[in-house]
Amino acid sequence: MSNKTDSNSYTILFAIGMVLVVGALLAFVASSLRPKIDENKRIEKQQNILYAMGVNENDESSAVFISDKEVGEVFGKYITKQLVITNGTEAKEDEEAYLIDVKKEQSNAKDGKERRLPLFVGEKDGKTYYVAPIRGKGLWDAVWAYVAMDNNMVVQGAYFDHKGETAGLGANIKERFFMDDFIGEHLRDASGSFAGIAISKSNGDPLNKDKTDNEVDAIAGATITGDGVAAMIKSELKLYEPYFKTLKTN
Amino acid sequence: MGLLSKKDQKLILDPLADDNPITIQVLGICSALAITAQLKASIVMTVSVIFVLGLGNVVISLIRNIIPSKIRIIVQLTVVAALVIIVDQVLKAFSYQLSKELGAFIGLIITNCIIMGRFEAFALGNGPWKSFLDGVGNALGYGVILIIVGFFRELLGSGTLLGFKVLGDPIAKTGLYAIGYENNGFMLLAPMALIVVGIIIWVQRTRNKALIED
Repeated sequence: MSNKTDSNSYTILFAIGMVLVVGALLAFVASSLRPKIDENKRIEKQQNILYAMGVNENDESSAVFISDKEVGEVFGKYITKQLVITNGTEAKEDEEAYLIDVKKEQSNAKDGKERRLPLFVGEKDGKTYYVAPIRGKGLWDAVWAYVAMDNNMVVQGAYFDHKGETAGLGANIKERFFMDDFIGEHLRDASGSFAGIAISKSNGDPLNKDKTDNEVDAIAGATITGDGVAAMIKSELKLYEPYFKTLKTN
Repeated sequence: MGLLSKKDQKLILDPLADDNPITIQVLGICSALAITAQLKASIVMTVSVIFVLGLGNVVISLIRNIIPSKIRIIVQLTVVAALVIIVDQVLKAFSYQLSKELGAFIGLIITNCIIMGRFEAFALGNGPWKSFLDGVGNALGYGVILIIVGFFRELLGSGTLLGFKVLGDPIAKTGLYAIGYENNGFMLLAPMALIVVGIIIWVQRTRNKALIED
């Protein structure tokens, strides 16, 4: 290295120049890709909601969404109403309820502001599905889910996802063997009060034949992720319970 | 490899075996433990590191004569971080599903000591073409170990390869499981990755005694 590059003024100038160049480059990349990324996120939300109510292209063992191209149309066909629930029971229709950011609503609630709860009502084969988006904490980062229920709060399908759970362990919450366990599982207990769904390592029911025990089988090596998912289901879906009470049960 | 001179070939081939970044230089162990529970994650990480290390080495090599030596580590970090962010954003825009699967791994590339190691040890003193070959070679050497470890961990830990149930179904008790075979859940945890890497190091040094240090 020559002496020129060792002087303090050169070092400072180089640092400033580098920050400007790299900063401008990254800002350019980020802002030019932003619309495309937002669009991808929107598509994904629709795919997740549809997945939960059983509108998907699953094969024998893996989870497959409706394709990006078709999802907009399919979403319009199956989702009959998008509701925003406030004060527990007041439901209002809102065509863009699926764009509500659950994370933002959670922090609003923490600040004492009112939380809006989005709920998507879908019809498939003559059955009505209620899909709720929920969000919680796993081991490393956020976990979230879309849970489809009938009007008695019996789970009809669920899609789980996560930001950074351990591959092969906690990340398996988005595998079919875990998600499918929730289908048919009751969120209310035998007496009819809200119980949630625990993720249990010792329920003696690994094949999940008992759908009314409010438990599914845990993933080995993913205790904290599982506990986080169970806590999320319990605290978040409970918020929807008052609204489900207003639905006519049959 | 007619295009490459003997020296250039060495740049690519040496890191694959006798100068392997993981088993000989003992760099990049952290990510080799963290992401090898599944074969697919290993492969994806390999491809990402090939890209970042190959390109990063070229960038550093191009600006090697104007980098102030006092802040060269910071400059190197900035280059890696910028490349990783660009990879992340481009994937999010054009291959959203893939980017979700990679998630944390992309960020982990920054912490990979092989990258900083190659910038510091090679790109700062060599031309762009040689640096590119060195970057790709080292990333491949890293990837080979990752893939070997990922293969054994997924096979013995989950009984699957790339998600396919190659040993049968552990719950329905088909295939190997019918005769009492069980998955070894310990394989999925980080300590077993270290032990598998240790076994590779042992095998490699047994075959080539010249690699054994005193």
